[in-house]
Amino acid sequence: MTSEAIPVRPVQYLQAQMRWRWSEAAFWLATLLPFVLTPNYLVLASQIAITALFVLSLDLILGFSGIVSLGHAAYFGVGAYTAGLLSTWGWGEPLTGLVAAALAAGLFGYVTSFIIARFRHLALIMITLGIGLVLQEAANSAGWLTGGFDGLQGIHTWRIFGRFRFDLYGYTAYAYSLAGLFVIFLVARRLIHSPFGLALRGIRENGLRMPAIGAPVHAHIRTIYTIAAIVAGVAGALLAETTETVSLEALGFQRSADVLVMLILGGTGRLYGGLIGAVVYMVARDQFSGLNPQFWYFWIGLLLIAVVTLLPNGILGGLAHLARRLRVTP
Amino acid sequence: MSANALATHGLNKNFGSLVVASDIELVLPQGVRYALIGPNGAGKTTLINMMTGMLQPDAGRIILGDDDITALAPEQRVRLGLVRTFQINALFPHLTALESVTLAVCERRKVARTWWRQLTAYRDEIDEAYDILAALSLAPVCHRLTRELAYGQQRLVEIALALATKPKVLLLDEPAAGVPREESRELFAAIAGLSRDITVLFIEHDMDLVFRFASRVIVMVGGRVLVEGTPAEIAADPRVRAVYLGKARHEAAS
Repeated sequence: MTSEAIPVRPVQYLQAQMRWRWSEAAFWLATLLPFVLTPNYLVLASQIAITALFVLSLDLILGFSGIVSLGHAAYFGVGAYTAGLLSTWGWGEPLTGLVAAALAAGLFGYVTSFIIARFRHLALIMITLGIGLVLQEAANSAGWLTGGFDGLQGIHTWRIFGRFRFDLYGYTAYAYSLAGLFVIFLVARRLIHSPFGLALRGIRENGLRMPAIGAPVHAHIRTIYTIAAIVAGVAGALLAETTETVSLEALGFQRSADVLVMLILGGTGRLYGGLIGAVVYMVARDQFSGLNPQFWYFWIGLLLIAVVTLLPNGILGGLAHLARRLRVTP
Repeated sequence: MSANALATHGLNKNFGSLVVASDIELVLPQGVRYALIGPNGAGKTTLINMMTGMLQPDAGRIILGDDDITALAPEQRVRLGLVRTFQINALFPHLTALESVTLAVCERRKVARTWWRQLTAYRDEIDEAYDILAALSLAPVCHRLTRELAYGQQRLVEIALALATKPKVLLLDEPAAGVPREESRELFAAIAGLSRDITVLFIEHDMDLVFRFASRVIVMVGGRVLVEGTPAEIAADPRVRAVYLGKARHEAAS
């Protein structure tokens, strides 16, 4: 039966929709499995967690607000270089590194958001692409600062809380990245269930209607774009700190394209879609490149075509559809 | 606060050589129900677009209460109480009716920028949205996605969204467009039941509805206001009969 049959107070109905589900608890418990099951892959697991955080950041603007971006790596890169540079200048404390990266990426996000808020669709794709390219070339030519093509040399990350050393096997790295992902996920989850999150969905659904209910659309877009930039910057800083390297690839077009692919693969506007997309994409890349190193984009391409044709709402959209059908049929 | 809710002075608008608004002078006193009628292409929707700021006039001023709002952005005018609905449904397809109206209430109460508290903490806002929907008989379907609602119900969501902004002046662009005759009466009954503090101006082609629900009528032809008066005056006016009513009545009779 539908909800119409049982009259519930509207607040209670909404509360029920926002409640934590068992599947969510299961997901987060499963993220601990690599410690036990695949201890040799913790370095990869750490990179997946970082990438998942980056995809989550794109989901906030693309999935929830309808702001398309092909240059999101710019903010990832700003965060990575900020943390990396701090370390090369002699300050390798990881947590303050994250904060500094968040501030730098957030500032860059806030400044660029004034352009972003004025455009939509195709124009937005071109502008974000442009921002990414400009930043990449600027970083390339500022070799005295960024190390240019060779990347930043001499990053050393201190122990977390002065105790936990970043080891060769990636125990600390994965724990650290996963903690970062989880904490920011909690914030993002709260955000999308907030009045502001509702306003973002309104912009995604019908940005032209929003002014007619008195909504300041540009201000909303500037806020979420800045928040997404901060999250991307933290992801970049996590990568710099855990791998102790930063190269131009951190803010390159390839990364912007990859993150978009992962989000679409997993399913946009669903919080978990990006996380699952990151896991599937990164594991597939790891496996396919093991089979046939120079050829793995071929398989990625096939995977992408298959998912988008068969599951237009991504893997998670497909799963949700399946779950609905299973619930209806018996 | 002046007794006039909304006024326009010397509004002009051309699209190239096409004149869509020419010297429009209107004064709408508070609480009056206005019908805006005229043949297709008379400039009715253009006038609403200019009043709400979606279109900038080439010349002229728009006064809401005591404020000159000519230069304000659409959302600023909404916050001052000048609100419209759209002729073609412009809704939020994948939000439920309750979510849509709650959003409008949150924007009005300036809590829509809060991202660190859960929506359900705003019980008053949600209850207010629910009450608006209930008053329009939409309570049973308030948790349905807007796109799944029947067309007539979607038209009511349009009005619910407008009401959630607490308008002083409500501009309804063919509120019953595409709605079956029976339902359109209910819809207009809901409009007629609105608080007398709200000034209403609606565009409508059905003359029965116009004469039943409007206390005054404005007739536009070719971007100009031809005449403004009570329904009885309009019905008796030979110019109106000539350009509009005769034709419409004739069509209605056939």
